[in-house]
Amino acid sequence: MGEVLVLVEQSDGGVKKVTTELLTLARSLGEASAVWVGPGYSDAAAATLAEFGAGTVYVAGDAAYADHPVAPKAEVLAQLVAEKAPIAVLVASTADGKESAGRLAVKTNSGVITDAVAVSPDLIATQSVFGGSTVVHSKVTAGTPIISVRPNSIAPVAAPGAAARVDVAVDLSDAAKKATVTGRTVAAKGGRPDLAEASIVVSGGRGVGGPEGFGVIEALADSLKAAVGASRAATDAGWYPHQFQVGQTGKTVSPQLYIANGISGAIQHRAGMQTSKTIIVVNKDPEAPIFELADFGVVGDLFTVVFQLTEEIGKRAH
Amino acid sequence: MKIAVCVKQVPDTWAEKTLQASDSTLDRDAADGVMNELDEYAVEEALQLAEAQGGEVTVVTMGPERAAETVRKALSMGADNGIHLVDASLHGSDALATSYALAETLKGRGFDLVIFGSESTDARMSVVPAMVAERLGLPQLTFAQKVEVVGDRVTIQRVSEAGYDTVEASLPALVSVVEKVNEPRYPSFKGIMAAKKKPVETLSIADAGLDAAKLGLSAAWSSVEDFAARPPKAAGTVVTDAGDGGAKIADYLSEHKFI
Repeated sequence: MGEVLVLVEQSDGGVKKVTTELLTLARSLGEASAVWVGPGYSDAAAATLAEFGAGTVYVAGDAAYADHPVAPKAEVLAQLVAEKAPIAVLVASTADGKESAGRLAVKTNSGVITDAVAVSPDLIATQSVFGGSTVVHSKVTAGTPIISVRPNSIAPVAAPGAAARVDVAVDLSDAAKKATVTGRTVAAKGGRPDLAEASIVVSGGRGVGGPEGFGVIEALADSLKAAVGASRAATDAGWYPHQFQVGQTGKTVSPQLYIANGISGAIQHRAGMQTSKTIIVVNKDPEAPIFELADFGVVGDLFTVVFQLTEEIGKRAH
Repeated sequence: MKIAVCVKQVPDTWAEKTLQASDSTLDRDAADGVMNELDEYAVEEALQLAEAQGGEVTVVTMGPERAAETVRKALSMGADNGIHLVDASLHGSDALATSYALAETLKGRGFDLVIFGSESTDARMSVVPAMVAERLGLPQLTFAQKVEVVGDRVTIQRVSEAGYDTVEASLPALVSVVEKVNEPRYPSFKGIMAAKKKPVETLSIADAGLDAAKLGLSAAWSSVEDFAARPPKAAGTVVTDAGDGGAKIADYLSEHKFI
């Protein structure tokens, strides 16, 4: 079986959930190997990678790799592609993942497919495009297939692997060192899960009425351990921070459960959430197009309904 | 400072988009073409930098003839001149081919800064700026919510999952912007009139020194096997709140094991 390289997405020295999804996918294609770029490879990270079946973990642990955005990841991957001749490289559909994939494609003269939601054993990728209205199957026809996979597309399944550590050193090119990260600023996010990775997302839109209205949305989100999202109408109005925008010009999410509150469902928003597995809608306008997507919808006052829902969840949890 | 802004004409954001049965490429004639929304922010950023420090803004696009409308729009916002790469053999170019064509077109023109929108609303890959940086050996400062140029240093705030990273480089450099970066201006009447007289260089692939074998659908590094409209979602249940709407959702959630 051929080797499949998975670029690890890190969070505070640990491994993000999307990487466990990618390892699960990689095992269905060949032998899964993880690639860790940057300092801070920990026992916890090794344990997660072993749990989800990484046979080998290539660790490029030089601190310098974290000093420059994206380019070092592409250079480490390019060296591994040249040495190991993997059958495919999988990355997460994050900004860093996709940009690493793009640079790697140029370096190795390989095709790249982004935002796959599934990959078959013969390496045909399924993409959901144009806001989920069209399903496309495509294939890389030159070089090593490089595929970015959307978080939450694959259910992670544990299967023990050796996670044998192999240290890798790559001399960064001068070009890779031209841009330098001089600071990292962490925005307060109140302990909620990351929007792109969350299994449940609770979103608010114009119907929320103002910044104070988002308190109700956050309370519901917290009762479900969910991430909070917002429509562009809400972020443009300054009611909720921009980084939480879901939609064509914001983040694309594909959670198990999406609860849309006071969101009309313009294509702008649908493009960012249409592939959610289960969609619940609360809106006072029965004609709102978002109801077309609803598995379950309630026409009614957002504040009454959401408040009651949050209370009910609290009661039933005990 | 010489600034290039790369813009793309895309189908209107609000239009339904479809692929053509003949060659699985986007049906660009089915909807009005507009400037990709994030590219308006890129143009605005270029104009603000040029206004603050002096400089020239060149708008660069590749696309069919009608993409000239998008160049004209950028000129009417205030860009100084344009380059339009137009050639039948560009049709169906994927991200690798597009980045090759743009990189070759930009090369050797002495731009200090190349600015992109971070994503197009049609393909939504977000890889072309990184690919062009790779090809030209330029420092990559992408997904910027803030851009500052002081002397020959450019500093950006790169949006991250957690907040933002501060990233710095010396010019020349490549930047891509997100919409938080500014508020694009509308073209004024004066701007629209002035744009008609601004120079636009129209290049074929031969003029740009491009290798046709690396461009277009036949050269693509990936291919579409098949596509289909997503089957319409089975209609869900919609109820009107009669004082128990929240409880009904809770019932649905527990039935489906979410709580």
